[in-house]
Amino acid sequence: MSGYLLRRVGLMLLTLFGISIIIFVLLRLVPGNMVDILFDSAGMVDPAEKTRIAAELGLDKSIPEQYLVWMNGLVHGDLGYSYVSEKPTIEEILPRIPVTGRLALSAIGFAVLLGVPFGVISAVRQNSGVDYGLRVLSLAGLSIPSFWLGLMVLMAFSALTGRLPVYTEAPATVLDAVLLVAVPAMTVGFRSSALIMRLTRSAMLEVLRQDYVRTARAKGAGAGRVNFHHALRNALLPVITVIGLETAFLIGGLIVTETVFNIPGLARFLVESIRNRDYPIVQNLVMLTAFIVVSINFAVDLLYAALDPRIRLGA
Amino acid sequence: MAMKQLGLGGLSLALALVGSVAGAQTPKSGGTLKIYQRDSPASASIHEEATFSNNVPFMGIFNNLVIFDQHIAQNSPDTIRPELADSWAWGDGGKTLTFKLHPGVKWHDGKPFTANDVKCTIDLLQGKLADKFRKNPRKSWYDNVQAVVPNGDLEVAFKLDRPQPSLLSMLASGYSPIYPCHVSTAKMRTSPIGTGPFKFVEFKQNEDIKLVRNPDYWRQGRPYLDAIEFPIITNRATAMLAFMSGKVDITMPTEVTQAIRRDIMKQAPKSVCMTAPTNVGLNLIVNRNKPPFDNADLRRAMALTIDRKAFIDILFEGEADMGGALLPQPEGIWGMPKDMLATLPGYSPDVAASRTAAKALMAKTGYGPDKHLAIKVSTRNLATYRDPAVILLDQLKEIYIDAELDVVETSVWFGKIDRKDYTVGMNLTGNAVDDPDQSFYENYACGSERNVTGYCSPELQKQFDAQSQETDMAKRKQMVWSIDAQLQNDVARPTIVYGRAATCWAPDVHGYTAMTNTSYNGYRFEDMWLDR
Repeated sequence: MSGYLLRRVGLMLLTLFGISIIIFVLLRLVPGNMVDILFDSAGMVDPAEKTRIAAELGLDKSIPEQYLVWMNGLVHGDLGYSYVSEKPTIEEILPRIPVTGRLALSAIGFAVLLGVPFGVISAVRQNSGVDYGLRVLSLAGLSIPSFWLGLMVLMAFSALTGRLPVYTEAPATVLDAVLLVAVPAMTVGFRSSALIMRLTRSAMLEVLRQDYVRTARAKGAGAGRVNFHHALRNALLPVITVIGLETAFLIGGLIVTETVFNIPGLARFLVESIRNRDYPIVQNLVMLTAFIVVSINFAVDLLYAALDPRIRLGA
Repeated sequence: MAMKQLGLGGLSLALALVGSVAGAQTPKSGGTLKIYQRDSPASASIHEEATFSNNVPFMGIFNNLVIFDQHIAQNSPDTIRPELADSWAWGDGGKTLTFKLHPGVKWHDGKPFTANDVKCTIDLLQGKLADKFRKNPRKSWYDNVQAVVPNGDLEVAFKLDRPQPSLLSMLASGYSPIYPCHVSTAKMRTSPIGTGPFKFVEFKQNEDIKLVRNPDYWRQGRPYLDAIEFPIITNRATAMLAFMSGKVDITMPTEVTQAIRRDIMKQAPKSVCMTAPTNVGLNLIVNRNKPPFDNADLRRAMALTIDRKAFIDILFEGEADMGGALLPQPEGIWGMPKDMLATLPGYSPDVAASRTAAKALMAKTGYGPDKHLAIKVSTRNLATYRDPAVILLDQLKEIYIDAELDVVETSVWFGKIDRKDYTVGMNLTGNAVDDPDQSFYENYACGSERNVTGYCSPELQKQFDAQSQETDMAKRKQMVWSIDAQLQNDVARPTIVYGRAATCWAPDVHGYTAMTNTSYNGYRFEDMWLDR
């Protein structure tokens, strides 16, 4: 087991190293750097000034040199300064992590709470009216674009309740505070819940036809025990994988939801920073996202073993 | 108090009405005003940026030497008022402009404001100091300033190379705050210090900007507001919902289209909305050095095929104006009279006749029904650029030009046109000050960095200088119209239309005047108050 863990950690580090090179090089291959953008937006073309600012930002060095400076900083906990705000990168990124983290976890929590039970019900009641209804709901979840759903939810809230659940630093009431997280989380979690529900349903249908389920029923186990203890536990493996992937996707994929609900999170910040070619922010944010994604994958692998004793991680 | 769509004539009447109603009430102190901000400004330094996204949130931090009256909608030389300067006088045949400064003014950090700060600001703008701006987009405004000479702490003289009355207008713009000598340009980008009615509190990228009342403001009894918050809401639909549900008190100025205005009046009928020109002109840029566009007949044919009314009807639902290089009257001060405009290529109401003439010119250059000209029309990847570009493609087809749309990302757009790496483009140009000097020198002068078409006429250049020195406004207007007509005849950079846009505010917001010939100068906010 410890050998497996060591191998996995080594693999994680290798993956992160590869990602760091890819993102670093790709960013610099995109036409226009920060200095170009600064100058172009102000309609300036003085080459001497441009050279001065490029040197000030360290962009006059070669790409390998710039990469080494970044890596050296990372190792020493120095993430550099944002070119745009001129604040330390860490000060720009840290306050946004809880904002996106809260939204992503609430969204995935909502998706699991809705998707798994509905998936089980849909499978157990296969081809019934309830099954058809839930399948239509899940199809809707997969088909409706989240920006459209978000805007509709905002309009409905505004028209029906006079409240608008868009981000504010200091919500007036507890209800406002809850709505500020819950409404966008439900909007973005709806798609994930649909995916989880469909996967849970198909996994459950397969498991429910297995001999051991029939045996459990024959031995007189109640429907609840059969469905949730014997069947669901075995059907959960692919669902866990999808939950892991969806969580990873949500960390970096909330751009539309953060924009519509005006949430100052990581995803919107990342897009804005790419637009400004704010290299220190983009590099470090992508590395953070990559770290979270590989960590989640690692956690999912560990969960497999906990859920299915037949899986031996060290083997 | 909700206003319906205002005609041109009704605009000033309605403004007077707003002013008189607000004026009849006694202003109340206190409260936090919330204005949504459409995007995250690149920095907090007004001098280093070239968009009104900076002026709206940060103008309240500063003062100018002089300022356009914040309660008169039309900026003009007659509406320039004292601010940090109590008075000013021209001398030396118009080559010296001397300001007497207001005594007892302090910077937000407690240090005294002196004439040396004025000198530092202009020196910074002219790149004379060791500490430099990262960007300096309006450096050319001060090209004619030879030196700024303080005389003690409370007097300062601008020595000019030649007379330039418009310098005062440029100093009155929202783009001309006085910066402190003792604060670095880097700090001014992140946490600016001013002498203005509001102090800077914080600027969180993509989140918000906060200002708080300056309790030591030199103008007694101002500002009325305790604080101003600018939540940054990049999605326009969300921003408008935030306004309609009362989360913000004012929309970002000029961000409301006619369709959105109708929605607002339906959902929040007590809102006050004002539609006015933005002084942002949609223009056709043609690279006159690139064949076949080095042929004057071809450029003229392109100008003749433009149907400006179609642009106005389709894009602005009728809320836009035809004009030349300068914003048309009555909101614009320097625009050509309509009858004069109608004689210029592409401005005639008889579009069919213009296109017949255009086709004849195309035939002269070798193009016709059997031989079309294939080109690319480059434009920035923003709806305000793309939409008119699509209409242009359609209109170019009428004269056998098969144009393909070349959509360019913002980060590449400016570089592309600066390098003249385009043949034909659709562009937007904003004018901060309704004055010919700003427009002519910036957009049409030989060698100007912002003259993206490369147009250069030494003869007209002399006329630019002549009108710039003219102190008689009536005479200057005649000179300006003649120059403008020449620019249109030369197809230097045909302005297609000047758009109008609305600003809406809640009925309990008072003391705000939407400017009608600029989008850059009306955000000091010191007289604004909330009736709550």
